[in-house]
Amino acid sequence: MIATKQLCTFKLGSHLFGVDAQSVQEVIRYQEMTKVPMAPPAISGLINLRGQIVTALDLRFRLGFGKLEGDRKPMNVVVRSDDGAVSLLVDQIGDVIEVDDRNFEEPPDTLSGAARDLILGAYKLEGQLLLLLDCDEAVRIAPDKKE
Amino acid sequence: MSFEDAELLKEFVVESQEHLSDVENQLLTLESQGDSMDVALVNTVFRAVHSIKGAAGFLGLETLQGLAHREEEVLNKLRNHELRPTSVVINTLLKATDRLKGLLDEIDDSNGQDVSEHLVALERILSGDADTLSTTFVTTDTPVEVASSASTDGLSGEVLREFLVESYDNLEQLERDLMSLERNQGASEIINSAFRNIHTIKGTAGFLGFSKLEKVTHVAENLFGNIRSGKMKLGSDVSSGLFKMIDAVRQILSCIERHNDEGEENIEPLVTLLSSLGDDAPTDGGATKAKAKATSKARALKAGNAKSQPPAALAHGTNKNASVQTKSKPLSKTSSTKLTAPVTKAVTHLTIEKTTSSEIPNVLANPETPAAASEKPAISMVESAEQASPQTMSQKPAKGDSEVSAADSTIRVDVSLLDKLMTCVGELVLARNQILQFTNGKVESELHGTSQRLNIITTELQEGVMKTRMQPIGNVWSKFPRLVRDLAVICEKQVRIEMEGKETELDKTIIEAIKDPLTHLVRNTVDHGIERPEVRLANGKAAEGCLTLRAYHEGGQVNIEICDDGAGLNFERIKAKAIERGLMTSEQIARMADRDVGNLIFLPGFSTAEKVSNVSGRGVGMDVVKTNIEKIGGTVDLQSQHGLGTTVKIKIPLTLAIIPALIVSNDGNRYAIPQVNLLELVRLDGDQVKNGIEWIQGSPVYRLRGRLLPLVYLREQLMTQADAAAEAEALNIVVLRADDRQFGLIVDRISDTEEIVVKPLSKQLKGVAVYSGTTIMGDGRVALILDVMGLAHSSNVISGVRDHSVGDHLGRENASRSHLQSFLVLRVGESRRYALPLDQVTRLEKIDTGLVERADQQEVVQYRGEILPLIRLSECMGVPSLLSDVSLMDVVVYTEAGRSVGLVVDQIVDIVESELTNTRATQRAGLINSAVIHGHVTDLLDLPAVIRMVDPTFFQDCTSA
Repeated sequence: MIATKQLCTFKLGSHLFGVDAQSVQEVIRYQEMTKVPMAPPAISGLINLRGQIVTALDLRFRLGFGKLEGDRKPMNVVVRSDDGAVSLLVDQIGDVIEVDDRNFEEPPDTLSGAARDLILGAYKLEGQLLLLLDCDEAVRIAPDKKE
Repeated sequence: MSFEDAELLKEFVVESQEHLSDVENQLLTLESQGDSMDVALVNTVFRAVHSIKGAAGFLGLETLQGLAHREEEVLNKLRNHELRPTSVVINTLLKATDRLKGLLDEIDDSNGQDVSEHLVALERILSGDADTLSTTFVTTDTPVEVASSASTDGLSGEVLREFLVESYDNLEQLERDLMSLERNQGASEIINSAFRNIHTIKGTAGFLGFSKLEKVTHVAENLFGNIRSGKMKLGSDVSSGLFKMIDAVRQILSCIERHNDEGEENIEPLVTLLSSLGDDAPTDGGATKAKAKATSKARALKAGNAKSQPPAALAHGTNKNASVQTKSKPLSKTSSTKLTAPVTKAVTHLTIEKTTSSEIPNVLANPETPAAASEKPAISMVESAEQASPQTMSQKPAKGDSEVSAADSTIRVDVSLLDKLMTCVGELVLARNQILQFTNGKVESELHGTSQRLNIITTELQEGVMKTRMQPIGNVWSKFPRLVRDLAVICEKQVRIEMEGKETELDKTIIEAIKDPLTHLVRNTVDHGIERPEVRLANGKAAEGCLTLRAYHEGGQVNIEICDDGAGLNFERIKAKAIERGLMTSEQIARMADRDVGNLIFLPGFSTAEKVSNVSGRGVGMDVVKTNIEKIGGTVDLQSQHGLGTTVKIKIPLTLAIIPALIVSNDGNRYAIPQVNLLELVRLDGDQVKNGIEWIQGSPVYRLRGRLLPLVYLREQLMTQADAAAEAEALNIVVLRADDRQFGLIVDRISDTEEIVVKPLSKQLKGVAVYSGTTIMGDGRVALILDVMGLAHSSNVISGVRDHSVGDHLGRENASRSHLQSFLVLRVGESRRYALPLDQVTRLEKIDTGLVERADQQEVVQYRGEILPLIRLSECMGVPSLLSDVSLMDVVVYTEAGRSVGLVVDQIVDIVESELTNTRATQRAGLINSAVIHGHVTDLLDLPAVIRMVDPTFFQDCTSA
């Protein structure tokens, strides 16, 4: 039997990332955010999502990418977590792609830094790698650990 | 294992645990009774232990059997008066009982356990060698938990469950009533309420066929009947008996809950005890007779005052309403079939007060009913006697039915439904806020009117839904008087309990969650906090210690304080213990303030108790308290003064709350400040922006009606960047209260107060101390709720080092304001302290030493566009200064008639308020005298004289100018 699953994809810089579509609540365009002074730097702010307050995480920061250039506004991939919904700020939203587990490979040992903890592995698509993001790990920001 | 049936074993464990759960209390009662102990009670304990022994033997649990056997022997001696129930004996028994419980908990390998210690102890008692025994024994709870239980036996589980829930409620109320009755003998409403409570339990128990329960409650009811008719006084023996009854009923209830039957517990001794307490013990024959008499009496009443009673009946019905909850339908079916005459009428009258007026004549025609409700003791007899008889059985359904009608006004609702409602209302409030903001701009539109109505309705709905979930904290506290009473007896102390803010309401779920931690703290206080009477007297305190429970709302939080006037914590011992147990290093300890040291006792494994008592001292307690409180997002803080008492302060947030809050903005962000923390708003404009704020050692202060208010810049606390345009022409100070301190928070702009829905912080933000939650504003954007306590801590407004509080100050101020003077305390050299009356001080400055220039043989600085001459206090006083190599120096600016002079000192120590006592005249120039200020000998400066020493012309110029 061939195990497949659907991934919701998005772009950060030139990289294509995916999260399990099951865990995605919704995808929305840029929202006004309320800044949270003193918060860990990975937290971009708070969004009011129809009465639900959602913490927006700067995924670029989490993965050690630089700031988004120019006036481009990030988009929100809202994922469900144990502690309510959390929004991951990404550059651009992609399609939902069906992937085959046979094309999956663990990340190479040479991968280092924050990415090492957050990337579960890669699906070898044609012409491109789709990196599988560990959602639970991405939203786990220790309150006292200023990153 | 020699037994095959795991079921059987399980049953044995549960049963035995039940036996033992009461044994503890019974043993304690025996101890308190001393030589006049109740043999019947000893028998009860004996039987409990005996049946455990028997069953254990049957199941091959040798260790258990052996221990139970030895315990039984001791009890036997007690029973035969060969032993006295001294504390040593009782303690040993308790200890053994606890061990039995322990064995039951680990039943599978109980045979391998070592109980020799207990066996030896018991053996010693048996051989009369009791005095050498250690007195340590162990604590256990007898928790009575209401859990849903399915049932069979033809009773629907629902009915049974409601009965249990209700009866527990009733028992609790009864316990409360009894406590207050002990204090306040003649209070007839309380007696009535107690009577009704026990009566309700009895009635329902009878209907459901719980004969034991019925029997016990019945005799108790008789006692209450006697008390209410004035035949009997509620002496301590009677109340103890009644308390025992309550315990027994509780035990039976929990037994019913678990097994659907009343358990094996023998209640005869209790029944006999209670009966003997009453004047007329109802023997079988007697009861029947009494019943007959009562019925005839009721008849007589029927003839006598037929028309006059109905109002009383109504009143009675209403009262019932208060104590009785819903009954489900099956009850009423039987009631229509076989009812005895007097009871039929009782039903009628109770029904009518809920139904139409057309039925009122019915009541008038049935005047026994009022008789049933009247205060005649005979009435209790009407419903009394041998409860198993079919007549009685039919009588009970009638009661059930009457309760159905009486209790229509309350229903039980699933809490999760209320939760859902609450969330919806929260959303509605937000939507309302948004609509209001939307319509406020438009005048006189139809929408405007509609939105106003929406506003009002939403507010009402919100309040209503909030109320449904709230319960007064008194519900939890109600069991404490009893607890304290019992503990005080055990610990041989005298303790009075006082409660403030009983009506403070808390969310139901929170009430549940704090029950255990509070109980533990109360226990601890009685056991450790309050001293024995002789110690108290020796320390000049009243023999009776006072335990105060206090609850109030503060800043969207509920504060609960448990205070005692006992010994307080021994900080030195805590420190020593903490080091000894390796919880802290001695360096860490040395740096700690007393307040922090006190909080060490919350560390797991911490106990300074020399011995573990049955009440507390195992070192797990406080840790558990803290963990439990923190689980619901609360905090625990402890303050103690050695010899004066301890206060434990619990703060619990109301995460599910809608609170009024002040909206402020700073650097483009909006923040909500809970109204409860808010004292006042101060706005400085014009010159005041520059001059209003003064600095002490780099800390800004503002003089608020003559008192110095520490200021905190929100910008600094949040480390945000100032807006370019923010150079404001006005300064907004939000005066806040945190704990018992006040401080001013400086913000850019103050908007309005608004009702906000408090939403919890996401996990990622939990660690940021300055926020307590989030909310959504009218325009749909998110705002953060500032945690005033957190701000106070992060800005060091509360450091725990200062021992005096604003509250203290205010108190003292009012008392003796005239004697107090404010002084600025300065230090020069190593240890010389000088004081200046504060009103001579214009400003405190820090001046860069590099800016000091010289003019006319004198040091000067350029200051606010003027030349400020500097006077070095060290030189005037001839004290060597330590100020050789610092870049900033503290300068006290003194201004007189437009001319200023700066006094250079080594350090500005503090601003204190003090009375001038212990003064000593001094001859020295520039000094007025010496005095003791805050425990230090301080020279009081004569500032004009000091200035004249350096610049004799200073004042001449002033006057001539």
